Amino acid sequence: MNQLRRTFLKSAGSLGAVAVAVGAGLLRPGQVFAAAWNKVAFTATNVTEAMKEAGYGGAADSKDILIKVPEIAENGALVPVEVTSKIAGTTNIAIFVDQNQNPMIADFEIGNGTEGFIVTRIKMNKTSLVRIGVKAGGKAYTASKEVKVTVGGCGG
Amino acid sequence: MADDMKIRATMQGDVADVKILMNHIMETGLRKDPKTDKFIPAHFINEVVVTLNGKPVVQAQWGYAISKNPFLGFRVKGAKAGDKIAVSTVDNLGGKMQGEAVVA
Amino acid sequence: MKRKLTYLLAGLLLLSGFAAQATPEKDYKALLKHYKELFPKVKPADYIYGSLALSADAKSQYDTIMEFPPFTMDMEEGAKIWETPFKNGKNFASCFPNKGKNAAGKYPYFDDKAGRVVTFENALNACLKANDEPELKYGSREMGLLSAHAKSLSNGSKVDVKVKGAGALAAYEKGKQYYYERRGQLNFACSTCHIDNAGKRTRSEELSMLIGQASHFPVFRDGTTLVTLQTRFRQCANNTRMAKLEFDSEEYNNLEYFMTYMSNGMKMITPVFRK
Repeated sequence: MNQLRRTFLKSAGSLGAVAVAVGAGLLRPGQVFAAAWNKVAFTATNVTEAMKEAGYGGAADSKDILIKVPEIAENGALVPVEVTSKIAGTTNIAIFVDQNQNPMIADFEIGNGTEGFIVTRIKMNKTSLVRIGVKAGGKAYTASKEVKVTVGGCGG
Repeated sequence: MADDMKIRATMQGDVADVKILMNHIMETGLRKDPKTDKFIPAHFINEVVVTLNGKPVVQAQWGYAISKNPFLGFRVKGAKAGDKIAVSTVDNLGGKMQGEAVVA
Repeated sequence: MKRKLTYLLAGLLLLSGFAAQATPEKDYKALLKHYKELFPKVKPADYIYGSLALSADAKSQYDTIMEFPPFTMDMEEGAKIWETPFKNGKNFASCFPNKGKNAAGKYPYFDDKAGRVVTFENALNACLKANDEPELKYGSREMGLLSAHAKSLSNGSKVDVKVKGAGALAAYEKGKQYYYERRGQLNFACSTCHIDNAGKRTRSEELSMLIGQASHFPVFRDGTTLVTLQTRFRQCANNTRMAKLEFDSEEYNNLEYFMTYMSNGMKMITPVFRK
């Protein structure tokens, strides 16, 4: 069952998107630069394992990764995250949240002129470090910042 | 039905500022339906490919913890007005979405 | 300073619905003075942001989210309801002056003939009825999306609610009384939180101020959950263990009338993100 689902997810994930892109004439085979959806990393339940499985194991701390996140999240379901990597040759920016059930949130592979800069919005279960992983020149770097998440429900 | 996604791409100097908002429930699989007390199955975009004039500029892998109606913003150096942005997404149940925009 | 505040609070208590010589204008001025003293650093125009005006960290999240809000697609649905022609070929725009542009700021108003408060949602339903279309249910998603879009046509203009005549004043006073009267299992009034304790924390939340509280509804809480002003009344009632009243009840309409009057002069921004 589990294996079936894994196979299904794999084919529905990366390969599917690539097929769409190729079908639409947007990509030529060979231009695609990401691997299949990394189920092992995304389903890992601790951040160290998730980072290792996603290729950020043993990442060096870096001050050239700037993270803009709230101090206190207005809503854990909608936490803005802005990452700037000043590390030359940045190819990947990944987001991890230590205290989420599954800490790996996303991995963005960038190329063809894309700057080391990603903005998105994420869900956080509770107060946690938001940890950023960056890959550049075959090496992994990391930085983190804490975001407090309160149990809301009465705001307005 | 509302569109699959909204794309805003504007030149700021020699950099294209691209902002994408996608129409997707991003169900985590961790929530229970209060009526049935059963978990609502996970349903989330797990792959995003963005190209500029056919060349991939961002290819993302996502878990379920990207917020509902996902937002993605990034910048591409060396782009110019008139360039074509194309976005394709696939979710964990095989659902696909596409969007296109011209850099303004 | 402390004594001054005590006097002021005593004064506000006097105003709580019973002082015969109080007028809506005087009520507003007293309230504005109270908030200016509570929040000396906040510009009154920023009261439309509620508790967001009290925290740069929170306001910055709001600004980021409002740049490209998650409810963008929902709002297109609202626009579609507004624009879709009725069977007779007319549409909502035909029911309002200037095709609905800058029309919402005058609601609610008191209709002397009908002897009741008319909310903006009432006017949308009256438009449907006048054109032989089925009315929308108050509290429904359709009505919420429609009113959010229709109100957005007034964005940038100002809230301009009038209280004129004995009927209007009576409705205003009833709304005010509802705001100040303690009720429910916790024995709270709306004013307990939003006047006496505005800016303080209850559980994890900072309490917003009455001025500016009604100028931006409907909102999308957590980014995608549509909440109209009267839905918010019902949520507040749940939080403070008060009895919930029906949508479009006389009490809630009067309350909306009073609260919107207290937002007079505030810039309309609909819809917005709230946590």
